[in-house]
Amino acid sequence: MKANEAMDAFQTVESVARASYGRLVAYLSSRSHNLAEAEDALSEAFVAALETWTRNGVPQKPEAWLLTAARHKLIDGSRAAKVRTDSLSTLRIIAKEAQEISQLGTFPDERLKLLFICAHPAIDAAAHTPLMLQTVLGLDAARIASAFLVAPKTMGQRLVRAKAKIRDAGIAFEVPELSELPTRLGAVMEAIYAAYGTAWEEVSGADPRRRNLSNEAIWLANVLVHLMPEEAEARGLLALLLHCEARRKARRSPEGNYIPLSEQDVLLWNSSMVEAAEQELAIASLSKSLGRFQLEAAIQSVHAQRAVTGQTHWEAIALLYEALVRLAPTLGAIVGQAAATAQVYGSASGLAVLDSIALEQAAITYQPYWAVRAHLLAELGNSQESQAAYIRAIGLSEDKQVRQFLIKQSLLRSS
Amino acid sequence: MQYMIMNYEDDAAFSARTDEQKSSAYWGAWAAYAQALKESGVMVSGNGLQPPHAGTTLRLRDGKPSIQDGPYADTKEQLGGYFIIEVADLDTALDWAARCPAAADGSVEIRPVLVMS
Repeated sequence: MKANEAMDAFQTVESVARASYGRLVAYLSSRSHNLAEAEDALSEAFVAALETWTRNGVPQKPEAWLLTAARHKLIDGSRAAKVRTDSLSTLRIIAKEAQEISQLGTFPDERLKLLFICAHPAIDAAAHTPLMLQTVLGLDAARIASAFLVAPKTMGQRLVRAKAKIRDAGIAFEVPELSELPTRLGAVMEAIYAAYGTAWEEVSGADPRRRNLSNEAIWLANVLVHLMPEEAEARGLLALLLHCEARRKARRSPEGNYIPLSEQDVLLWNSSMVEAAEQELAIASLSKSLGRFQLEAAIQSVHAQRAVTGQTHWEAIALLYEALVRLAPTLGAIVGQAAATAQVYGSASGLAVLDSIALEQAAITYQPYWAVRAHLLAELGNSQESQAAYIRAIGLSEDKQVRQFLIKQSLLRSS
Repeated sequence: MQYMIMNYEDDAAFSARTDEQKSSAYWGAWAAYAQALKESGVMVSGNGLQPPHAGTTLRLRDGKPSIQDGPYADTKEQLGGYFIIEVADLDTALDWAARCPAAADGSVEIRPVLVMS
């Protein structure tokens, strides 16, 4: 074996894994109805591929090779476990299909079914996103755990439990019926959105959780649009993520300091991503079915206009937030509405929006709420309450740079 | 459930405590964090500790005391303080640990308090 051949095989395995992992898992599990088994079989197939391909060279149809190998592992596993004969016959069907596929070189894309399974209402909502990241993208549990601030052991158990539930409860590997589709699709999109982060940076001082999963989330949103091209909200979601991602570079100074949206250098925004986002939003608007994600994307689109006009059209943003809060009154949306209202109608009106939120547990620890509150109180000359709110926002910050930014703001406005 | 949040800080953080340029940001962050714990109703107790060089370590071996200046182990990060919080579960404790200023530069260990029955 030559070193470069080994390298070749390794790279092929890696790139096939990246591009096809979800498709392979989806295909195998939609037939065997056992997600954990399909993943195990596939990971063994990948290991076998590394050994065989470095020895014999990369096969012409690597995906088909992996599928055939995984199917062998599945059948071996079932024999060892002495499973019921009917599931063995299912496996025979898979085997036969896999045979045909390895001749054709292509196989059906069942990822949509997999996405719907991952966000099924019978599965613990906290497991939706992690399950998607693991089964569709092949991320390992430890990385997912870190991104979600959960102990690795807990995350591992959550994933195992969710997969056992899918198997034992016989959750169907199907695209839901039309009557169910809106709610089920909503859950799929929520899960993808949660992979990106929870707080948006247009709320002054908000700290977007640095989950490092932004690429994965955009990938998933892309997959969803690809699989359901008629769904306006799926495009809205993709547009939203692209708009936010486009500003990544502008969010930090070269020294690493946090820069709020209003002070970002628009030249640092990724214009091709902004363009792609606008395109998705334009196609979505043709279907005339407005939804939460399209509204959120539209808000970001108005912000993005600053690159062209040099101004932020706050009236439009305030209107969009009003519609958003009516449709989906999340804490983030209401805080965003407060900030936009303050821009258009003055700080007192913005503060009134914040005061309308009952201070339940969620708001008590929601950093953007306190950051916006501190800012508005300072604008109104209420220095004492403003400082208290700043301290609260600083204490609730996760991001060091955001914390420094708020400390500076509070010092500037302490007199 | 009660958890102890242990803050491990490096030399730079310990010296920021008394640095003219950095001390206000350093203490501001800690004071705000403690305040947020208190006002959210999760704080049980907590203390900052003086830097590791102020520590003294004692061992009794075969009845003979051995006393040594400094912390029990010379590691890059040293215990700089702790909080005990009362929260529902580890997930919530981790949310609070992520906001702890030591998480960004040093590390934070979260351990459940042992309940004696």
